Amino acid sequence: MKIHDNTEAELLLDVDVIRAEFPILARRVHGDRPLVYLDNAATSQTPQAVIDVLDDYFHRYNANIHRGLHCLADEATAAFEESRESVRGFLNAADKREIVFTRGTTEAINLVAQSYGRAFLQPGDEILVSMMEHHSNIVPWQLLAAERGLSIKTIPVDSRGVLDLAAYAGLFTSRTKLVAVTHVSNALGTVNPVDELVRIAHAHGARILVDGAQAAPHQAIDVQALGVDFYAFSAHKVYGPTGVGALYGRLELLEAMPPWQGGGEMIKLVRLDGETTFADPPHKFEAGTPAIAEVIAFGAALRWFSRFPVDLVDEWERRLLLGATEGVKRIEGARVIGEAPGKAGVLSFVIDGVHAQDIGLLIDQFGVAIRTGHHCAQPLLHSFGLDATCRASFAIYNTLGEVEAFLDALERVVKMVRG
Amino acid sequence: MSTEQAKAELIEEFGFFDNWMDRYQYIIDLGRELPPLPDEWKVAQYRIEGCQSNVWIHHQREGEVLHFDATSDAAIVAGLIAVVMRIYNDRSAEEILATPPDAFKQLGLEQHLSPTRNNGLHAMLAHIYQVAEREARG
Repeated sequence: MKIHDNTEAELLLDVDVIRAEFPILARRVHGDRPLVYLDNAATSQTPQAVIDVLDDYFHRYNANIHRGLHCLADEATAAFEESRESVRGFLNAADKREIVFTRGTTEAINLVAQSYGRAFLQPGDEILVSMMEHHSNIVPWQLLAAERGLSIKTIPVDSRGVLDLAAYAGLFTSRTKLVAVTHVSNALGTVNPVDELVRIAHAHGARILVDGAQAAPHQAIDVQALGVDFYAFSAHKVYGPTGVGALYGRLELLEAMPPWQGGGEMIKLVRLDGETTFADPPHKFEAGTPAIAEVIAFGAALRWFSRFPVDLVDEWERRLLLGATEGVKRIEGARVIGEAPGKAGVLSFVIDGVHAQDIGLLIDQFGVAIRTGHHCAQPLLHSFGLDATCRASFAIYNTLGEVEAFLDALERVVKMVRG
Repeated sequence: MSTEQAKAELIEEFGFFDNWMDRYQYIIDLGRELPPLPDEWKVAQYRIEGCQSNVWIHHQREGEVLHFDATSDAAIVAGLIAVVMRIYNDRSAEEILATPPDAFKQLGLEQHLSPTRNNGLHAMLAHIYQVAEREARG
């Protein structure tokens, strides 16, 4: 299947040059198949510049941070705190004390549930989550609700995969204290109108947490303009390493919240015969030795990604998405799941009579990496009457040639299974 | 035909293919030839849940042997079930228990049997041995 030539975005971005920065993209799999990596919504690949930062850390300045007085500790601390500044800039937060490093989006959400939730939500209070949430933005609230006697209400999603804003506004009561919603759906690619969601939540006196894991690689994020109370995202979906992410929380909220995990780094004074006092945010929430190298590489990844105008990145990824969507739709019995206007980065689909697992397994043999299954969004998939979809997801380094290779392989796989 | 002969026959059949596409095509074709599972057995009671696909397996004693009916909603898993059936179906409990569970390894299909893949096959094979053990004990 041939897709027409280079677009302006591809030329302006110089995708071939970007690709060359990612050693893993030159890999071959299953013998001699060039790797076509379309599982970017699960994790993106890492450019050499970021790999070099990890390498350099262990070669030159591996040390524990913040309290050491020696040269290496100073350098590691400076690089670590420079990453915090990079995250602050990436989110346009007002103050770097509003950036807490976590193990990822999941831990950031759990932090808010366990610290803010336990301290400020009372039995009978209500939390709103959307039908399209990843399990990591559902289960922490369910655990909290069971412990604190809260109730959870669901914001419905229509057949295109769009949040029902009228229904959302109608769910609020005087007991609604928190909204937890995703910025971009990992299973459908729907981009939610966060500013509108925030406006409505705040008009009802509720706080709002936004899961930005899928938004961060595709669009500019401005937590001040959006007005969110909490925003969480992960490094490994924005060209950084796994095991780190960040929570943005408005300073007055972080200041009012109790610590979640206790340990070193998060204290002011520890007394066995009196009261232990805690550090100020963000250190209050960073107990123990963090993933120092990964945090430093996280900052480097954000600085690397910020070299590219995000509008161009978004335009290029939409071009890839459009080519893939049109191609999939030409396959008999194919159905795209999630057709929200302006969706980003993710193509979810099913094909009549061909199980998603068979597609995933066979297309891998052609060197094409996609994801199949419920994408950790079982309530959403069940609302579409499905257990599994196939998902192709795109990043800055993917090409139209790769989209063609994916579509060709998909057609052959469908033929194999249908016989 | 003994279980060992059934295995040898499968190994010979799979030996004909020198590329992965033909092997997988053959597995898919074997799955198509599985007898359809009656709807009354395609229920939770007989289901082995996998992460992405499901397996249903029903058994009954027929004289001296155990008769299994099984299928999956995914084509490759259904084909692998057909492979399992060729070796284990319509045999006595003692015969099943005397069969080492190494057929997939010998066929070069062991990656499909890993518990981490969680496609229901591993659990299905374990289920067949459990059924045989119960029967053997009486």
